[in-house]
Amino acid sequence: MARHHPRIEDSRRRFLTGGLHGAGAVALANLLQGDGLLAAPGTDASSARPPHFAPTAKRCIYIYLEGGPSQMDLFDPKPKLNELDGEPLPGSLAENVQFAFLQKDSARLMGTDRRFRKHGECGTELSELLPHLSGCVDDIALIRSMHTDQFNHVPAQLLMNCGSAIAGRPSVGSWLSYGLGSETSDLPAFVSMVTVGRGLPGGSASWSSGFLPSIYDGVLFRSDGEPVINLSNPEGIDRVDQRASIDAIQDLNRLRLGVVGDPELRSRIRAYELAFRMQSAAPDLIDLTQESRETIEMYGLERKEPTIKSNRGGIGNFGPFARNCLLARRMIERGVRVVNLIHASWDHHSNLEPELVHNSLMVDQPIAALLKDLKRRGLLDETLVVWGSEFGRTPLGENRSGFKKVTGRDHHPGAFSMWMAGGGVRGGQVIGASDEIGWNTTEDPVHVHDLHATILHLFGLDHTKLTYRFQGRDFRLTDVHGKVVEKLLA
Amino acid sequence: MFFRTPFRGARSQRTWGQRTWGQRTWGQRTWACRSGFLLGLSFSLVHGVSLSAAEPRLSAGDTVDFMRDVRPILAQNCFVCHGPDEGTREGGFRLDQREGLFAELGSGDRGVVPGDSGASELLNRVNASDPLERMPPPDSGKALSDGEIALLEAWIDQGASYAEHWSFQPPRRTESPPVVDEGWVRDPIDRYVLSKLESEELRPSPEADRRTLIRRLSLDLTGLPPSPAEVDAFVEDDRPGGYERVVDRLLLSPHFGERWGRHWLDLARYADSDGYLGDDLRPGAYRYRDWVIDAINRDLPFDRFTIEQIAGDLLPGATTGQRIATGFHRNTMKNTEAGADREEDRVNRTVDRVATTGTVWLGLTLGCAECHTHKFDPISHREFYQLYAFFNNVEDKEVGKARTLVSTTKPRETRIHLRGDFRNPGDRVEPNTLGVLPPMRPRGSTPDRLDLANWLVDRANPLTPRTAVNHVWKHLFGRGLVATPDDFGTTGETPSHPELLDRLAIEFRDGGWSRKALIKRIVMSATYRQESHARPDLAVRDPFNVWLARQGRFRLEAEIVRDVALAASGLMVRSIGGPSIRPPMGSQITEISRNKDWKESTGGEKHRRGLYILFRRATPYPMLTTFDAPDSTAACARRERSNSPLQSLTLMNDPVFVEAARGLGRRLVSESDGRPGRAVRHAYRVCLAREPTDDEFTRAMRFVEEQRARFANAEPGRLKAIVGEPVSQGAPVPRVELAAQAAQVALARVVLNLDEFITRE
Repeated sequence: MARHHPRIEDSRRRFLTGGLHGAGAVALANLLQGDGLLAAPGTDASSARPPHFAPTAKRCIYIYLEGGPSQMDLFDPKPKLNELDGEPLPGSLAENVQFAFLQKDSARLMGTDRRFRKHGECGTELSELLPHLSGCVDDIALIRSMHTDQFNHVPAQLLMNCGSAIAGRPSVGSWLSYGLGSETSDLPAFVSMVTVGRGLPGGSASWSSGFLPSIYDGVLFRSDGEPVINLSNPEGIDRVDQRASIDAIQDLNRLRLGVVGDPELRSRIRAYELAFRMQSAAPDLIDLTQESRETIEMYGLERKEPTIKSNRGGIGNFGPFARNCLLARRMIERGVRVVNLIHASWDHHSNLEPELVHNSLMVDQPIAALLKDLKRRGLLDETLVVWGSEFGRTPLGENRSGFKKVTGRDHHPGAFSMWMAGGGVRGGQVIGASDEIGWNTTEDPVHVHDLHATILHLFGLDHTKLTYRFQGRDFRLTDVHGKVVEKLLA
Repeated sequence: MFFRTPFRGARSQRTWGQRTWGQRTWGQRTWACRSGFLLGLSFSLVHGVSLSAAEPRLSAGDTVDFMRDVRPILAQNCFVCHGPDEGTREGGFRLDQREGLFAELGSGDRGVVPGDSGASELLNRVNASDPLERMPPPDSGKALSDGEIALLEAWIDQGASYAEHWSFQPPRRTESPPVVDEGWVRDPIDRYVLSKLESEELRPSPEADRRTLIRRLSLDLTGLPPSPAEVDAFVEDDRPGGYERVVDRLLLSPHFGERWGRHWLDLARYADSDGYLGDDLRPGAYRYRDWVIDAINRDLPFDRFTIEQIAGDLLPGATTGQRIATGFHRNTMKNTEAGADREEDRVNRTVDRVATTGTVWLGLTLGCAECHTHKFDPISHREFYQLYAFFNNVEDKEVGKARTLVSTTKPRETRIHLRGDFRNPGDRVEPNTLGVLPPMRPRGSTPDRLDLANWLVDRANPLTPRTAVNHVWKHLFGRGLVATPDDFGTTGETPSHPELLDRLAIEFRDGGWSRKALIKRIVMSATYRQESHARPDLAVRDPFNVWLARQGRFRLEAEIVRDVALAASGLMVRSIGGPSIRPPMGSQITEISRNKDWKESTGGEKHRRGLYILFRRATPYPMLTTFDAPDSTAACARRERSNSPLQSLTLMNDPVFVEAARGLGRRLVSESDGRPGRAVRHAYRVCLAREPTDDEFTRAMRFVEEQRARFANAEPGRLKAIVGEPVSQGAPVPRVELAAQAAQVALARVVLNLDEFITRE
């Protein structure tokens, strides 16, 4: 905790007095009974903190497929849409609707060739593009009634990942780290792994700590080479040299601490120890040699990637994405609080057929493997897995001016699908519904803010109480909105 | 807290086909604006625990202060339904104004009867046991603690003295208070500080030693460490006025403008790209940055500095420089995503301009009033759009290669955006300022941006000089006299030394708005010159150094962390201004966003100061964000100061810092004749402006000797990798010498990683 910083002080004061986390009574007692207020400046902002109430989830894997995967080709079967294929949109629907590219007067409904089948005991229908995930439906709560306010990528992405279309807000993972602290002393609390593809439109905003201290930033991890930026020692410096250097730094820092007495210096000393531990823990983490053959195959690490002529999601991503899924499990095992698994792009304005098939093939097996692997290791109970994107796609074919043929769909914020599993989510159910053509939600609409409120709730955090003061306002992940989706809870 | 509003639940009542989207729903841009401030008071009252200097304490016999003790409770718990917002006001009862509090209610009762809490409806209602009567209503999620109720009661029984919010009152000139220890005082500033300390029976800290002072001054005024020669000259200068001569030299340094310019760029949310999907570069943005550096170097008075940035284009015979200054409001993000709504983006930029102006000059959270009347401060929804109207008529323009604002030829009509939604226009409004502040004096019938700028610096405006002085103070002590520089409203902190703040504000304004004069005055004070060491007697009573019984000790800002390393290494290129630079940045960062191009700077360019690093919003230079540089999405009046392992990894392993260690290592070799003992002392002098203590010397020597012993047996290839280019007299460097040089590089790396090196003490 930074010493001289008033904002931290404010937060600390509210923490002390119960306003910050609402879990203040315990925290206050601890602080006053322990080494008291003296210890508050310079105490570790990353150490684990109790939630507001008993959580069901302790860790989160957030799978974010940027661009807007087509829900009616993957999750939300629409037989009526197939019947109406080629018809114009029913009159009133297009009124007051704004599209990114679509020319609504001449647009036509576009059905799907994808076949859906019921799976598992629960009978949830999924598309043939997700054969592996279909085996997990009894653990999954599928939400078919998601909706958002934004129809452009970056604002929608910011809303989905940071709770506001306005840039500069902390991401969901940052809020969780801020609210709960870290449970690992040799890895970051919050990690992002990006299978780059076309490039993420909002860049690092999706795992940024925004106005929270940078200690709550997601740390970008790579699945090979140097896993974390600046993790490797400079050329010529080996581990023994590094230990000797850190020992010297620490001893000299302690000598200075004796003179200046600044508690913040104690935090600095702790940070160097963590850095050193991370230098061995992170390479161990990405070293998969101890994983069984069966595990490697289950995740599909060595699958052959089919050739595709051009793909906005990039070529050569099958291996890295599968590897990241396996790494996510290894991180969870080691106490990482939040893992973001990101792939861009699913923005299929055109070329939907080959690209969605290709991308689905890429993610289906490793994600299903991740769920099964977590489950068999007893980790799924306390690990919340979320699958989503910033919006869905239109039931209309995209007839953007300049397109020779209609081969894709435009952005669709009015109804789309996401799913959650583990961490206290009641699996084997479908929540909400969209109308016959997937235009609007018709049952149990779940807004992005509701989703966020629910995620925090699963972690034992009251979304109305997890606040941070910035520019004179107490900000929340859910702004002034959000309602916990009770049906999602086990 | 969830605000109860009549719109609650509106979102889930949609039916098929009814909804529109791409449009903001009702409250999307409202913020959770609430205060958590006074909760501490109730705690201390109930449990009798004194929390800290920042916590008001109350015990039997103490006088309750309305602004400090009472209003925050009302603001926190009552203003949502009984505050400035007419739309949500219940029962016609209003608590945020004197008239409302004391007025007779429809029932014939009075909310507050001074001296008689029993007859005061306010107290009856917060004490009521009937849930239908009780305030706040149980379903509001709010509740008063017993301590808070006791405070309200005490306030009423003590006569219910009332005051308006401090920051809206004109600054008051006061005589500097008397103090016992006259000898300590160097400037009236010191009297205000000392008088408070004496009342708490505390002594100020001793003056810091000269080495600390010159390092502090150099870092505070230029962001560069003093050279060993500068340190020696100051330490040995026994003529009177030595300290002042250092101050004057630093104020005249061209690096002063870089240091204080960067502070301003935080407020100006300066960046070199648009943000959003394409994150396109803004090649001309640096011209605004250079204007700021230059304006601060020539000490352009703060009123002119303000006017030129808000409305330089409207000045008669506007110069190119004055037009470039309007780049201040061109720093907003811009969404150029294909398919994005252009008008929506223009509205967002306009809103940002209003909010930023409020944060920077007024210290007000104007943004809270975008969707509804401010819940706590007297800023109405209408007034937000009156301010909006000033910026609604601007267009972006390029002058030369710079980016500027100009007024449109055809003015746009401004209407209130109902619930913050521009597609939902309400009443038409004309440009005007806030009613709670003195009126503006427009030049013509329709006020324009220049009138707004003039109003901001009008001598009747109580806020601008206070916020400006507070920003400066914050950088020189690590904390403002108002600890919330971005919030001078009713939910912000009250000043720790209100009379001092007012005095500085008045003298800053009346003395010609000179930033340099203000800074000089503060750094000449005894308060500034104190040691920053923690003190056991303060640890409990004032852990956050509110009373200023010592100086602040705090980590340097991101850019300065880089600067001190480059300066110590001898690699730094100190040229000022020009296009932004691109130091090496790993592909794992550059490849994340859609704009993957990062053409590395070559030659000395890449060793320029941190403030020149190209700031691309979607993929900021990681070293900067790791050390808490703002993300430039909004005005940043207070940087975080976090402390993380990624910072340690950066200082140890980032290529720039590895290069700096090599550079410093070479310096140590060549400037100490290869003698390890001299090198250790030299490293401390270069990096920390002081000699090592005996213990430090012994420890550092042990490290050097151990490393030298290890390196003695190392492969020459490994040693060359560590040393880079060895120091040589032309002949090949023998292996034993190479090992010694490698040990010096290792030493350099250790010293560059010391907490003290990246800390201003």
